Amino acid sequence: MSQILHVTINGEQKEISIEPDELLLDVLRRVGYKGVKRGCKEGACGTCTIILNGYAVKSCIMLAAQAENGEITTIEGIGTRDNPHPIQQAFVDEGVVQCGFCIPGMILSAKNLLDKNPNPTEEEISFALDGNLCRCTGYSGQIKAVKAAAEAIRGEK
Amino acid sequence: MTEKIYKGRVVTKSVPKKDALSLAMGKPMYTDDMDFKDLLHVKMLRSPHAHAIIEDIDTSEAEKLLGVVDILTYKNSSQVLHTSAGQGFPEPSPYDTRLFNKKVKFVGERVAAVAAESVKIAEKALNLIKVKYTILEPIFDHDKAIGNEVIIHDEDESKYIIPVFYDPKKNHASHIDAETGDIEQGFAEADHIVEKTVRNHYGQHCPLEPHISVAYIDDYDRLVVRTATQVPFHCRRILAQILEIPLSQIRVIKPRIGGGFGTKQEIITEPIVASFTWKLKRPVKFEFTRKEEFISARTRHPMTTQFKAGVKKDGTITAMDMKVISNTGAYGSHALTVLSNTGSKTLPLYHCDNIRFIGDTVYTNLPVAGAYRGYGGTQASLAMEIVMDDLAKAIGMDPAKFRLMNHIKAGETSPIFKALGEGTEGVEQTVDSVGLTECINQGADAINWWNREEIKKKNSTDTVKRGFGLVCVMQGSSIPDIDMAAGYCKMNEDGTFNLLVGATDIGTGSDTILAQIFAEGLGIDASDVLVTSSDTDTTPFDTGAYASSTTYLTGQACINLAMKVKKQLIDYTATVLSVPKDELEIKNKTVIHKKSGKQMTFAEIGTKSYYSENQTQIGAVASELSKKSPPPFIAHYAEIDVDIETGRVTVLKYVAAVDCGTPINPKLVIGQVEGALVNGLCYALSEQYIFNDKGKMMNPSFGNYKIMTTIDLPTIETIIVPTYEPSGPWGAKSVAEVNISGPMPVLSNAIFDAIGIRLTEPPYTPDRVLKAIQEQKK
Repeated sequence: MSQILHVTINGEQKEISIEPDELLLDVLRRVGYKGVKRGCKEGACGTCTIILNGYAVKSCIMLAAQAENGEITTIEGIGTRDNPHPIQQAFVDEGVVQCGFCIPGMILSAKNLLDKNPNPTEEEISFALDGNLCRCTGYSGQIKAVKAAAEAIRGEK
Repeated sequence: MTEKIYKGRVVTKSVPKKDALSLAMGKPMYTDDMDFKDLLHVKMLRSPHAHAIIEDIDTSEAEKLLGVVDILTYKNSSQVLHTSAGQGFPEPSPYDTRLFNKKVKFVGERVAAVAAESVKIAEKALNLIKVKYTILEPIFDHDKAIGNEVIIHDEDESKYIIPVFYDPKKNHASHIDAETGDIEQGFAEADHIVEKTVRNHYGQHCPLEPHISVAYIDDYDRLVVRTATQVPFHCRRILAQILEIPLSQIRVIKPRIGGGFGTKQEIITEPIVASFTWKLKRPVKFEFTRKEEFISARTRHPMTTQFKAGVKKDGTITAMDMKVISNTGAYGSHALTVLSNTGSKTLPLYHCDNIRFIGDTVYTNLPVAGAYRGYGGTQASLAMEIVMDDLAKAIGMDPAKFRLMNHIKAGETSPIFKALGEGTEGVEQTVDSVGLTECINQGADAINWWNREEIKKKNSTDTVKRGFGLVCVMQGSSIPDIDMAAGYCKMNEDGTFNLLVGATDIGTGSDTILAQIFAEGLGIDASDVLVTSSDTDTTPFDTGAYASSTTYLTGQACINLAMKVKKQLIDYTATVLSVPKDELEIKNKTVIHKKSGKQMTFAEIGTKSYYSENQTQIGAVASELSKKSPPPFIAHYAEIDVDIETGRVTVLKYVAAVDCGTPINPKLVIGQVEGALVNGLCYALSEQYIFNDKGKMMNPSFGNYKIMTTIDLPTIETIIVPTYEPSGPWGAKSVAEVNISGPMPVLSNAIFDAIGIRLTEPPYTPDRVLKAIQEQKK
């Protein structure tokens, strides 16, 4: 019994055929948003993080149907090679993309923070990234990167 | 010998990681990011019992379910005995594994695999498979495994294919011993002897991307396996072995990998998809759930390590005696080599002539251990560095001064290098680059070591006690006389180069590092080098991402490549310009004849060599065989608080001072250092497998198996102490593994410094610390 999900993804209106019990993560990946990762499927690792209606959420513990009429931002929607998002650029510049599997989710958590708080303290950054596990880096570089990105967005860099 | 420091043009610079922006943009680069038409999905039925015989297995109901395409069990699958350890050939691990066994040996072992049109159908089918088990008595305590009346591998066939000790009838998976000097005499000369028994615990690698493999048939009807592996070439070889098909019929492709840390050195998902695809001629995917990653991927070998050492009043270490019982779980993946590395990666660190190492690996009915960053060094460092602190204390010497006095220096050797290798004898070597004195000194300054008593006094309260700890650790760089790595390169018409390597970038940044090393040799930029890595059809052989070998070994292969190409560029230019080749030099991507003022840019050479003058392909193949294994060295310091009311250990500041030779890319070095040490901190403080009395892991999820996040971090300071390793590429050694081994002993030392209680069984969770405090009060 499939149904139609009406949703805006990265500014594009979409009508997607979904199953009622399909997870938002699986639907996003199925229709091509491969930057949304599946690391645990239990809402614990944060690799599936997207921004839905202005909140960073874990798409692996939501039904796709819950996004009806929603507005979604995935990693594919925030920057291009020629014009990367300042957070993407800062992650590259700080050298904190190792295996990269956690990075899209982490960048979106950071974006969600900076959208609301353009001048966060280190502690606020830590709390914003708390839901994104990374096994490669040890995190401190990413906290630095978010700080640098905030400065860039504020035009201080 | 370490005075020389290499300052490069491209190396020693933090050039951007090749794949960083693409990954940060979420490009579809991992195994699962490619779509396949008519893809089948695999789900695995796993044993609920730790030790049982499958009397009967009935898949008929499951087969009837619409959408189920095939089911594999021991009855209809390959029964080739092999090892899942992705090592070189002949493998130094026992052949004791089949795809599916009639006798299951741990909770989580493969029983039946279902391939179905959807994940949902495959999951449903699992519930319809009926299995009748006869439950057997299990063994969980590795200290009681040898000679136990319960025999885990009582089938007759398991064996090593190299001549080493193996006695499965006694649950004895490997044994190794080595002795140098006169151990008895050494202890007789000691003024003080310290002996400690430590036990490390189960731990999992937790790559954020679980194991995943996709197999399909290509247009030439060959089997292609796209897989998250650290060892594509070993994977191809072992698949040919298991499937009993020609190696030439198999292609293994490694896309981007979401972390490995050793667990993806195992061939465990690939043979399942390969078996289905070869039979069904359809694409098949198998991805581990996070739970499967915990219970049925691989773990660190838990060990009981007894370490006894003697010291004279003046600080001379007179004897070191290490006895290890290692638990390999139900199968012997890396059973022998992790064991030998517990000794070989620790005992050479300090001056001592009289050394004994006795190691035994045993089977138990618990999850299977395997390669894990640190590879035995992590386990033995716990024992060794606790005892070093206690020896220093026994003679009233500062632990830092004690280590400064005793650590191995440049130009020296250790008898252990020859006595202990990869399960057999090792290779004699002198260590030519040792920055450990500087690491200890600079780290001490960074943590304020010499003022620590004052800081402790000032910051300790009645209930919260401040403490400081120090450890030193070494590792190796590649496996000498065994590991080989190779590369190809070719020049393009614009003067850029393609570099094709078998080296397996699993997130480490090796594509970037190797481009830098190659570029340095040719005087070009890292951005002029286009790297392709790890495809068994298109790239040359490399052992893979393990044994801290890529930078050191594949790096040297890339220098060899650059030198070959350099010669070709000079020869070509000499011919085209009609000038003597010994008068040519290379500068700014140009071959210059100073005398005549004639020159050719690389781009000109590239274009002309393709189209118009003495046409030829400029390019080369080169390899490198490892001849030694120069150790990287580290000093780790920690400043901690111990709350004696709650047992909570809080790490305030952590300093890692690291000698990895020439840091090829300093930012990537820092990433390796901090990633490893935070992994080590999690293992020391919170990670643990909680088993029930039936051998079932009760906490196989990130919710219940705690790894640190941003808010748990101490302040971390990484100090790179450059040295120059003469045998390494531009002076480089390895850095990937060594830093994971510091946290476990350094926190034990710091806790002892804070509260005077010696913890020898991590993790140092509040309940364990509190229990130790309460026991001491009694």
